[in-house]
Amino acid sequence: MTGGLDLGWWGVLLAIVAGAIRVSTPYLLVSLGETLTERSGRVNIGLEGTLVLGAMSAFATSYLTGSPWLGLLAAGLAGAALGLLHALICNLPRVNDIAVGIALFIFGIGLAFYLGKPFIEPRAPMLPGIPLGSFSTYPAIRSAFDVSPLFFIGIALAVALEWGIKNTRWGLILRMAGESADAARAIGRSVERIRTLATMAGGFLAGVGGGFLSLYYPGNWNEGLSSGQGLMAIALVIFARWSPMRCFYASLLFGGASAIGPAVQTVGITEGYYLFYAAPYVLTLALLIYSSSPNQALAGAPNELSISR
Amino acid sequence: MRLPSDSVESLLLSLAALALAAILFGAFVALQGLDPLAVYWTLYLGAFGTRFSIESTLTQAAPLLLTALCTLIPARVGLLVIGGEGAVVLGGLGAVLAGTALAGVPASLGTILTIAAGALAGGLWIAAAGALKHWRGVNETIATLLMNYIAIALLNHLITGPIRDFSQTLKAQSWSIPSSFMIGNIPGWSVHWGLVIGVIACAALHILLRHTTLGFSFDVLGGNRRAAQMAGLPIGRLLLLACFLGGAGAGMAGAIEVVAVHGAASESLVIGLGYTGILIAFLARQNALAVIAVALLLGGISASGGLLQRRFDMPHAATTVLQGLIFLCVLASSALAGRLKPRRSVA
Repeated sequence: MTGGLDLGWWGVLLAIVAGAIRVSTPYLLVSLGETLTERSGRVNIGLEGTLVLGAMSAFATSYLTGSPWLGLLAAGLAGAALGLLHALICNLPRVNDIAVGIALFIFGIGLAFYLGKPFIEPRAPMLPGIPLGSFSTYPAIRSAFDVSPLFFIGIALAVALEWGIKNTRWGLILRMAGESADAARAIGRSVERIRTLATMAGGFLAGVGGGFLSLYYPGNWNEGLSSGQGLMAIALVIFARWSPMRCFYASLLFGGASAIGPAVQTVGITEGYYLFYAAPYVLTLALLIYSSSPNQALAGAPNELSISR
Repeated sequence: MRLPSDSVESLLLSLAALALAAILFGAFVALQGLDPLAVYWTLYLGAFGTRFSIESTLTQAAPLLLTALCTLIPARVGLLVIGGEGAVVLGGLGAVLAGTALAGVPASLGTILTIAAGALAGGLWIAAAGALKHWRGVNETIATLLMNYIAIALLNHLITGPIRDFSQTLKAQSWSIPSSFMIGNIPGWSVHWGLVIGVIACAALHILLRHTTLGFSFDVLGGNRRAAQMAGLPIGRLLLLACFLGGAGAGMAGAIEVVAVHGAASESLVIGLGYTGILIAFLARQNALAVIAVALLLGGISASGGLLQRRFDMPHAATTVLQGLIFLCVLASSALAGRLKPRRSVA
């Protein structure tokens, strides 16, 4: 129970709010990365594999070097490497980017489980949190508002990307590759290069999102660490209509939904809580159905995207 | 129609992709300080070296023959469905519910109905994704992948409560189907009849896809949606049917795991059969007969996983790494499709 104090159903609400803050970070980072990749005209559906490999790399690096920040860097680099692999294969003619994503999903998870096996037992140094809940004496509230700096980095990134994609030269080039490859080629830009960089950046962010999982919350490394967050984040991008700021709002929603299952369990509901665990997936699917449209054209989707055709 | 040279080219490309993946995996294990040749020799021994390992390979291949269909059939109409893992779970649950409800029915009829219920459950599950695609434009790849997680949550819910067998205390599992419904082994082999069902399904599907109007309609739709529309094909019905048949394959795989191996539904249904099926469908280049050969190969890799683990102290995920590499190489090799074809002489 929560530190001797039983908050009852208020505890569930608190857990959902705390979840919205805490669990949302990996959704946010992965969906921002995927937004970048998709705005360049490519889909990387394998970010779940990237997330898991990132989590393992971060944990192993933090354990071996003692620095969780180096761990985050390693996670990002591992993610960028998988992104590069995705991009290189997709740059070949007649290769389906969704299929490559599925392959990377399997490969990333396999690699993470293989290389991560020795790190399942030990403890590694964790990322510090910012104690925003210190105004309260309730331990439940204090722990609920212990916020990771990555959350704020994610928000800053969402704002910066929202602005940057609209208003900078780089944003314009990125959008051009995503909206019309021919136009980008006509002004002498290599579409392949733009997409490769965008996929690597997307992989980097997804890797860091994995690092959050293993080094902050839940803060360990095991094979059941991710439960499809990388995948849900991709669906979330569609719901957010490829806008970084809307990715942030959607991530909060998903974080809250993910917290329902564990929260319900803490108030003593022992039966049927597995159904609550399905809540984020059902929510994702429902939002996907809601945001899709029968005439197969998604509003706001980059023109070159294979999933919107 | 497809020319024979296409099949030869597909075969060559798949073999080249396998060879490249083998080299890359060899390099990967060499980096771990292991001898790649010794690893491959062990892999061969574990998969095909002895009668026991061949039996184990065939047993592993049996459900894979069917889960591959879950990706293969929808691919013929141009859909990329990866919901095999969820359809296996639904098939297993359907089989348990039907099997327990039918207790008292004559044995062979009960078995047939139990398997049919599993196929129906899996088929409807994937057909739902097909319906969402057709009427709402929901991306079928993302939808089916999400549905895998929903199916697993549903399984966990049911086997920890509503259909839990409380006499089993070691692990959560569902009620058991009547033991008379269980299917036995092929005489003289310790391989269950599910293998035969899988091979027949693949062969029947091959005939359906290549030699019937329905198969031709699938190909027209998969090749060019607009042409299919112009030709007046019932697009919605074809999409749903392809998804249903694919899901039914994976559902049947789950049902067979229940009636041939476990006798009940549990977490043992969630062992990546659906994900390996995706790889098989791609490696077979959406050819139903080729699935049989590829499923044996992948079944062999799964079967030797245990031996690799014991002999080299390798993590179990070694086979997943190998599968991922094969998948990546197969996709990369498709870039060469159409380049190896012999030039047609002008007659």
